[in-house]
Amino acid sequence: MDVSELQSMAKQERDRQKPHRILCCTAAGCLSSGAAKVKARLEEEVNIAGLTQAAEVCSVGCLRFCGHGPLVAVVPDGLLYEQVTPENALSIITALQGKATEAILTDPHHPFLTHQMPIVLENSGKINPERIEEYIAVGGYQSLHQALLEMTPADVVTEISRSGLRGRGGGGYPTGLKWATVAKMPTGQKYVVCNADEGDPGAFMDRSVLESDPHRVLEGMAIAGYAIGAHHGFIYVRAEYPLAIQHLQTAIHQAKHYGLLGSQIFDSPFDFKIDIRIGAGAFVCGEETALIHSIEGGRGTPRPRPPYPAEAGLWQCPTLINNVETFANIVPIIRQGADWYASIGTEKSKGTKVFALTGKVNHAGLIEVPMGTTVRQIVEVMGGGVPDGGTVKSVQTGGPSGGCIPAAELDTPVDYESLLKLGTMMGSGGMIVMDDQTNMVQIAQFYMDFCRSESCGKCIPCRAGTVQLHQLLSKFVNREATLADLEHLEALCHMVQNTSLCGLGISAPNPVLSTLRYFRQEYLDLIDQGQKSLHQPRVELGR
Amino acid sequence: MSVRTLTIDGVDVAIAADQTILQAARSAGIPIPTLCHLDGVSEVAACRLCLVEITGMQKLVPACVTRVAEGMEVQTQTPKLQDYRRMVVELLFSEGNHVCAICVANGNCDLQDAAIEVGMDHTRFPYQFPDRPVDISHPQFGMDHNRCILCTRCVRVCDEIEGAHVWDVAQRGANCYIVSGMNQPWGAVSACTSCGKCVDACPTGAIFRKGETTGEKERDRAKLNFLVTAREKKEWTR
Repeated sequence: MDVSELQSMAKQERDRQKPHRILCCTAAGCLSSGAAKVKARLEEEVNIAGLTQAAEVCSVGCLRFCGHGPLVAVVPDGLLYEQVTPENALSIITALQGKATEAILTDPHHPFLTHQMPIVLENSGKINPERIEEYIAVGGYQSLHQALLEMTPADVVTEISRSGLRGRGGGGYPTGLKWATVAKMPTGQKYVVCNADEGDPGAFMDRSVLESDPHRVLEGMAIAGYAIGAHHGFIYVRAEYPLAIQHLQTAIHQAKHYGLLGSQIFDSPFDFKIDIRIGAGAFVCGEETALIHSIEGGRGTPRPRPPYPAEAGLWQCPTLINNVETFANIVPIIRQGADWYASIGTEKSKGTKVFALTGKVNHAGLIEVPMGTTVRQIVEVMGGGVPDGGTVKSVQTGGPSGGCIPAAELDTPVDYESLLKLGTMMGSGGMIVMDDQTNMVQIAQFYMDFCRSESCGKCIPCRAGTVQLHQLLSKFVNREATLADLEHLEALCHMVQNTSLCGLGISAPNPVLSTLRYFRQEYLDLIDQGQKSLHQPRVELGR
Repeated sequence: MSVRTLTIDGVDVAIAADQTILQAARSAGIPIPTLCHLDGVSEVAACRLCLVEITGMQKLVPACVTRVAEGMEVQTQTPKLQDYRRMVVELLFSEGNHVCAICVANGNCDLQDAAIEVGMDHTRFPYQFPDRPVDISHPQFGMDHNRCILCTRCVRVCDEIEGAHVWDVAQRGANCYIVSGMNQPWGAVSACTSCGKCVDACPTGAIFRKGETTGEKERDRAKLNFLVTAREKKEWTR
């Protein structure tokens, strides 16, 4: 394939598309609330109404307003319907002909939608993720063409470095620097790995990207392969994401079919192939060295670093590992330039970040906002605050590795440094809102339970320490703890944090330390209640 | 061969550039406690007992896998390290069922030695009393999982020296256990050559010779090192 063929394919697809497109979200969230039936019914009604020339029903990826699914959008009319049922289908179709609709229309000026800045999600909810033609119609694979034929590998690395993009998996390591490190390793076998083992409770950003726009990730990986001199890429995706896996398989198959992956892409000397590896359900495999062992066919356990994967990764070869969202940012940076990207966000955190907004919030779903947006704006303006008049007590970010942002700090801008200063972290993008009914000690206990069962068991502090931490937290929740236990808890947290082998153990105490920092009184209250009720029957705690 | 000079606890040490901090410390007679480390097999840096502090580095680093560097200033016995090491050993004692009084390795046990070395005389953590099996299906040896600390020395000697790979780790977290063959009884694993290297490698009384009773376990550690270095040193007998 060459660029003229790519453009003619794009034109053909645009010409093929009907004047009205009824876009049904069939990503995992809406699918689980009945989107498949809605879509079937819509297709039926279009046929019955004889509108097959004027309108078409398409499957698309995430339309963001996940808490209000199933969602249906109509373009170019600019309508978004929420909580659609098969019974609403007819009235959505008749509305095309100008009649009033019975289905629930979402306010197009809703702050949840208007405050978003879609870069990673620019195609999400607009194209059918299972048709490469639609991706090409919106400019897909042109960035790869541009990189391969108009730029040297060094140019690509420079462009990514200048954009200021940082790893979206949580750590925030400068992506350009990582690429440059792998690129500078001696020529030979190198690998590109996409980490799609998203496992934080409540996080679904990467799943949405893979389900909604898989080609974007493939294109980003191919550009990375060109930049660092790799010809083979792996996507390590968790088995719990069957739809994402299916869409990736389809996408790889289609890209190969059109010569956009494989040998001599765009008639250049560059070859690149991508294979999928499916995780077997271990959270620790999101840690890069454990992920490498898992791809190699071994047990998913981490090893000490250095050597870092950039030097000795898959089968001891230099390996570039980036997260899904990081790869999804590559295409727009190549297309629109590093200066454009660097103009978005804050001084040290550039671009946008996708968050999965969940918990006690009126509007749950997927959001993409520029770095530097305040937590308050995300939770209270976009998310619409806590339902039933409750108040926000805390916002949890970073999953089991992160911590809590207390209500008093809601005006903190979302960027890597500001969140670290609060004792939490950006993480991969889970954002869980907790209301004033939430018991923070129980939250810490929940996360410790998660870490305990996800510990690989290799190093002692994580294997045995998380068990003891969980038991100590349970003592608090059961009101059996004493002040000595509090001291013990803190000492053990610091020990596990400072001595564990990998990131899982190092960060496992974070939810405890964070809740101790902002909600210490709750721990003390539980001790106090326990002392007072020593001779009274036990009462169930909280909700 | 290039040489690096560094200080460990204030003592100047000169050592080959490809050596680890642990090797440098041992060559200078400075003790650093270890449990998963075993001369002759690969390092896993799992027990975290050998963590040391290096001036200018925030993180603690495992001495067994960290290469020496010129001018490095290493501290091995700061109060923080001593505290953490004691907690590691306490966690180990509370995690398994370690009853020295009835153990074959009593008095000849690396875990006991580590406890004495780090000054641990009792554990502040509640005992977990896990329900673990004993496998005596092998004609010569036995495996008592109650005494296992999951150091994986047996896994490594069997794989790297004997080449049989009878052992591996199954499950995860606190449920981890050493598995023989395809999760078979040890006696049913045809790959096992009954060489006994795992018995010599085991730091505790978890893997033992049948017939040994309390405090009777003896190990031939020198055998492992002899086997590993025989070709290099051209020493075929000992």
